[in-house]
Amino acid sequence: MIQRTRHVLEFPGGYTRTTGPVIGRFLTELRDRRLVGVRTATGRTLVPPLEYDPDTGDAVTGEFVEVGPAGTVESWSWAGSPRAGHPLDRPFAWALIRLDGADTSLLHAVDAGDVRAMRPSLRVRPRWRAERTGHVTDIECFVPEVTAMTAPVRVEYTVTPGLALARFLSGIARGVFLGSRCGTCGKVYVPYRLSCPECGVAVTEEVELPDTGTVTTFAINNLPDPRAPEVPFVSAYVLLDGADIPMIVLIGGIPAHEVREGMRVRAVWAPESGRGPSMDSVRWFAPTGEPDEEV
Amino acid sequence: MREVAVVAFAQTRHSAVDEGRSEPEMILGPLEEVRRATGLRRFGFTCSGSCDYLAGAPFSFVSALDALGAWPPISESHVEMDAAWALYEAWARLQHGDVDSALVYGFGKSSQGDLREIMTLQLDPYYLAPLGLDQVSLAALQASAVAADRAELDEIVRRSRAAGRANPHALDLPDPEGEEFEVAPLRPYDIAPITDGAAAVVLAAGDLARELCERPAWIKGVAHRIEPHYPGMRDLARSASAAEAARAAGAGKGRPDVAELHAQFSHEEIVLRRALDIPAATAVNPSGGPLAANPVMATGLIRIGEAARHVMEGRAGRAVAHAAGGPCLQHNLVAVLEGGR
Repeated sequence: MIQRTRHVLEFPGGYTRTTGPVIGRFLTELRDRRLVGVRTATGRTLVPPLEYDPDTGDAVTGEFVEVGPAGTVESWSWAGSPRAGHPLDRPFAWALIRLDGADTSLLHAVDAGDVRAMRPSLRVRPRWRAERTGHVTDIECFVPEVTAMTAPVRVEYTVTPGLALARFLSGIARGVFLGSRCGTCGKVYVPYRLSCPECGVAVTEEVELPDTGTVTTFAINNLPDPRAPEVPFVSAYVLLDGADIPMIVLIGGIPAHEVREGMRVRAVWAPESGRGPSMDSVRWFAPTGEPDEEV
Repeated sequence: MREVAVVAFAQTRHSAVDEGRSEPEMILGPLEEVRRATGLRRFGFTCSGSCDYLAGAPFSFVSALDALGAWPPISESHVEMDAAWALYEAWARLQHGDVDSALVYGFGKSSQGDLREIMTLQLDPYYLAPLGLDQVSLAALQASAVAADRAELDEIVRRSRAAGRANPHALDLPDPEGEEFEVAPLRPYDIAPITDGAAAVVLAAGDLARELCERPAWIKGVAHRIEPHYPGMRDLARSASAAEAARAAGAGKGRPDVAELHAQFSHEEIVLRRALDIPAATAVNPSGGPLAANPVMATGLIRIGEAARHVMEGRAGRAVAHAAGGPCLQHNLVAVLEGGR
């Protein structure tokens, strides 16, 4: 049995460090919400400023120049599960950021919300802390520049279905699909309509169609839709028996991957008490079990 | 330059968990083994490498002297670095010519704390440490800059772990699997495992080396180079300091049979292979490398020991060893070892 005991190493209140003139200048400017770099003798701008040029070892010049505050992400890693010591408590990126006007990159956190928001050359700006003390964390983190916004749109209307659709829906309310036959070309349209779109003439003959038909084509939908009971759902063109034009409907009572062209289907009606002049009265079309048709 | 060789190497059977031994107790085994191999009880110089922050106690390396029997007083030194740099100091000390043997050892128990956060304490205290940047987050930044192919990284881990399973001193780790990220783009298995362990090496000069060892692993070249600490001042996709250390050590003067690289993350092997210009035919990390056992502060010394072992056992004519320190391969050491009398 190994005895174990807790041991904490801590400098209560933190370790006091003098900054020297170069780092001190950077932290002082940071407290005033400014980012500065220092010029080297060769004319490069180091951000964050160092006391010596990493290329030559020479002391840097005393010239400080304002940089940023915006910058460009050069590379990043994604901390999906932030640790206690990390600057943010939600997933974020560590990034090397080339601030505008700098020749080196600053390492800091980027609060991008989602890893998919991170990309090379992403433009970011600092999010400043309200209370600043002259510390690298006076910048809480960087955030992406604004490149998109949402524009809310909402207007209300009062609509009527039109004469033909009103007539069709009155048929639905009593459990019947109403169509119309063109007196010129003989085609049967469903839903019911007042003119033949092919001949351009008014149609007057109303026909009642059976609630059975054949799937001519279909799509499997993976995005939820308020009209569909679940995801995935299948929307299909069904050619009602006796019609010349298919009608778009939902398919139910069968797993999505088993739906096929040529499948025979029948409307599943809502209970009579729940029926009205609305397509809600047709729950969906379900397989009849008959052999498939050629389409 | 005075001819100096590795004449003995020993290491613990490294452990993923704290087995209850203190650091001096851990180092005893390897010390006894290299003393037995060389027949030496006293050395002209002794140097160790360790990190006080691993134990969270100041001067914790001093207590490790208890394992040595440092009385009457011995000539001794310590580096707060991987013990590969203790070996460098011992090699430099042997160049003085007044002593002929040196004992080098390193040890670390990273199971005692949270290594990722302990490593934060090595960072610049003004710009980096206050951000809470941990070791894996920094390494992930370098991995992102390298933009390595995932299949290549997976293969490095698979090969390293398989070699580790065949090495009685390394950990038994399964083939890598899983899609989750630790810090993207690094997956948990891209990271060297938490390991406790220790290692010891004996260096000897000239005739003493020939006397102590049938096939000494002669140090034909050894050099180390460092680059700026701040990652934003460097090109993280390559290691300029590792390339310069390799050039200074003469790594390119011949084809190595074996290369032992101190790659604590899978992408570091890619960076180091390029920097050291390792030929495709060279066996890289046949021991499993740090991805199979990473006793921090001994890991770099073990690379030199493993490379030397291949030469001493006659399985390699020429071997290259590499050790690293600091964030994102900031500091690199390269040693070239060769056989021959």
